[in-house]
Amino acid sequence: MHLAHYLGLLHKAQERLGDAYTEVGKAHGEEPDVFHTCEKLATQCRAHAERLAPFARRYAEEAPGEPDRLHSELFAGTRTGPIGLLRDLQDLYLMAAECDICWTVVGQAAYGARDEDLLGVVKACEQETSMQLKWLRTRMKQAAPQALVVAS
Amino acid sequence: MVDRIADPWGPRTPYGPGERWPVRVDTFLADGHTEADVQRWVPSASILHSNGDAMDIAVADDRIVGVRGRAGDRINHGRVDPKDLYGWQANHSPDRLRRPLVREGDRLVETDWDTAMGRIVARSKELLDGPGGWGHFGFYTSGQLFLEEYYTLGVIGKAGIGTPHMDGNTRLCTATAAAALKASFGTDGQPGSYTDVDHCDAIALWGHNVAETQTVLWMRMLDRRRGPNPPAMLAIDPRATPVAREADVHLALRNGTNQALLNGLLREVIHRGWYDEAYVREHTLGFEELCRVVDDYPVAKVAEICDLRAADIERAAELLGRSERLLSTVLQGFYQSNQATAASCQVNNLHLIRGMLGRPGAGLYQMNGQPTAQNNRECGADGDLPGLRNWANEEHIAELARLWNVEVDKIPHWAPPTHAMQIFRYAEQGSIKLLWISATNPAVSLPDLARIRRILANPELFVVVQDLFLTETAELADVVLPAATWGEKTGTFTSVDRTVHISDKAVEPPGEARPDLDIFLDYARRMDFRDSDGGPLITWTGPEEVFEAWKECSRGRPCDYTAITYDRLRTGGIQWPCTDEHPDGTERLYTDGVFNTDPDYCESYGHDLATGAELLPGEYRAKQPGGRAFLHAAPYQPSPEVPSGEFPLLLTTGRTVYQFHTRTKTGRASQLVHAAPESWVEVNPADADRLGVAEGDLLRIESPRGVVRARARVCGVRPGVVFLPFHYGYWDAADGAAPGDGRHDRAANELTITAWDPVSKQPIFKVAAVRLVKEADSGGRPSPAPTVGGSAPPEGSGIPATVGGPAAEAPSRGE
Repeated sequence: MHLAHYLGLLHKAQERLGDAYTEVGKAHGEEPDVFHTCEKLATQCRAHAERLAPFARRYAEEAPGEPDRLHSELFAGTRTGPIGLLRDLQDLYLMAAECDICWTVVGQAAYGARDEDLLGVVKACEQETSMQLKWLRTRMKQAAPQALVVAS
Repeated sequence: MVDRIADPWGPRTPYGPGERWPVRVDTFLADGHTEADVQRWVPSASILHSNGDAMDIAVADDRIVGVRGRAGDRINHGRVDPKDLYGWQANHSPDRLRRPLVREGDRLVETDWDTAMGRIVARSKELLDGPGGWGHFGFYTSGQLFLEEYYTLGVIGKAGIGTPHMDGNTRLCTATAAAALKASFGTDGQPGSYTDVDHCDAIALWGHNVAETQTVLWMRMLDRRRGPNPPAMLAIDPRATPVAREADVHLALRNGTNQALLNGLLREVIHRGWYDEAYVREHTLGFEELCRVVDDYPVAKVAEICDLRAADIERAAELLGRSERLLSTVLQGFYQSNQATAASCQVNNLHLIRGMLGRPGAGLYQMNGQPTAQNNRECGADGDLPGLRNWANEEHIAELARLWNVEVDKIPHWAPPTHAMQIFRYAEQGSIKLLWISATNPAVSLPDLARIRRILANPELFVVVQDLFLTETAELADVVLPAATWGEKTGTFTSVDRTVHISDKAVEPPGEARPDLDIFLDYARRMDFRDSDGGPLITWTGPEEVFEAWKECSRGRPCDYTAITYDRLRTGGIQWPCTDEHPDGTERLYTDGVFNTDPDYCESYGHDLATGAELLPGEYRAKQPGGRAFLHAAPYQPSPEVPSGEFPLLLTTGRTVYQFHTRTKTGRASQLVHAAPESWVEVNPADADRLGVAEGDLLRIESPRGVVRARARVCGVRPGVVFLPFHYGYWDAADGAAPGDGRHDRAANELTITAWDPVSKQPIFKVAAVRLVKEADSGGRPSPAPTVGGSAPPEGSGIPATVGGPAAEAPSRGE
């Protein structure tokens, strides 16, 4: 059973996204809504990772070796200024999108594994991840015209 | 005669449930004038708070000499707030601006209108030239302009320039009211009527010190309380305000925990079966989710989070749950606090699940802080679209484009409107290059003032200020335009309960001062804004023409004004919607339990309450609201700033009954100045003991953002919390601290945090972490805090009472 690999992938992706929220929030501390929301979402991501951890451990016992190129590197540090903010939010968006699709995949696997407990976690967390994507889209929509067309 | 400083609420006229509130006509005429001297009475309404009290302006020899409440008006039945009784005297203040000013180096010098407008227009045209030119413009208005002025500016901004960067001080006072109404009921618009006070059997005041902010509404409540079968009363406030002292149950909760309390109260109401199951089923969506979320808030847990006694929470739940005609009012204790929109929506939820809407006594006021805030929301000079239209609904944008005869994409609908704090951020970053501020004073009213001064003083930002006086904000402007004010211009405005009043011109403005409407129309003419056919975008020449145009814009929308005329308003206030089918207006909304949530009609497709993420039209449609209201649920989240070892206390800011906003007017009326001359800080006796602080001691209040000095009033604010009034800026600072440079240690907003609610974007003024340091002894003198209102000292303190004396005597005449 390879489910452990996707649980590991999602677990790490949630942890990395949490760290990235923290970094982006701090880097753009002069945008208080970005700072405060990123802080909240970082906490949320870490909670997701924590809820996944026992499942990852349990399924790891029955897993073969980890496949190549499992994890993706989507974040390489923050930028500054209005375009930097937009670009950093875009990084977060892509990372959240990775988590989003992983929740879908893990959710499907949970059905296959008849694992109601895991399914419960997926159902709760995937909604929050989906809302993160919506927030990022909303904030980027707001920032884009001013950053790309107006700012000198 | 009544000293309305010593007794702001005047004599009681008790009445019982279902009876008509007795008339009591309050009058104040200055300088020994009597009614016999008055040559004409000009219809108007209050511009110094949001209650919308109708009054007549007394004129003798072409000068305002006083005011008298209008006996027949549906809102006040003749009563007048003390700020209105005395505040009009500021119109005559010798330091009124009489000529435009322009900046020459570090000075503002007098000039003529052509020169001043010429500078604004030259800069505007330069900025508009080129792609993205619209994005260099920001407009920051007020809650004190007239409907006609907001609508005109809305059209200039949205269809002339095409900028989404329009907002107002309304963001600080009323944005959450609008956000909560839209979220629950589909559109803005107060469900209730002030007459609900006459019928209710319980009143719940959620973070609303109505006794000091809307005194006439409080008089009505007190008159019910003194009459037969009085309504029960619940107050939610960390301070011992007059409301809290009057209430049967007072919950002095920890600042920032409103959402936890409401979740707990809703849980009690649901668990104890005090909800209207049929109403919930037929008229709401989301009950199961609400039950799921609030179930996590048993009373014991809520008591811990809010620092309340469990028994008191249970009593409050019982008062709410057992009432048959519940009236709620919500204001800044919720709107300017943590989780503002979420908590305000919970009050809506309480009324929805109990079926307490749309019938006499079962009312809800999501209050406004400022007198004409409602009109800014309706007319779209702020972050809303004219006619309570939906930014995300393409057909709504197309309607406006047809009405104004401009291309659809000229109207900036492709991004969310820019809220006030974001406008100042863009100005800080330099992409907004022209900021036009009308009738408000952000250099005292916004959070973290050191930052706001830095932004406004930046030479790269062209700042236009339109005001009556050289305010702290005007001092930093590049062009200052002298405006006419209440009594010197004609226009209309709308109260919390949707009552529209006219305020007619009574006298000429001083010097060369002009009505705000004339200034906007002059700008539009000089900018030569055009419609799609090359004709002038704006053809209006006066307020009545604008009002007629606005009626067309409002047609078919919730705020339908189409059957209102200036002539009709001169005989009394009318509640919108007022149409050919409902020519006398509409007392209550949602009497049939059908809400404005239809996807084609609603004002918003909704937001996530925790993050502010916008929901998409398709998702909204999929909910098939079908006229049902939304029950929004949200868990409690701690505030962005909580006390720490370094800053162990919580600061909350607020108002006194004697002052309005940054005292631009009330600080220039002698009776009001004498009543509340200087800032103060309220400290709980336990905290005072611990810190070795006594009444009148000079304290330094420090937050991570700044320092304020004020003298201590030891009184009934909850332990761990200190209170500062936010009214006091620098234009009249006693030690001569200059507004531009010099010391800035008087305005409460030196301390407040730059943070806002994710949905309403209203700044959080009620939760900042601070510490106190004693700087000097009192020398035996009490603090300058009034002894009336929230700052009242404990009984037996020996502090001389706040009185107005002969200069404040005003007759109150009963029936």
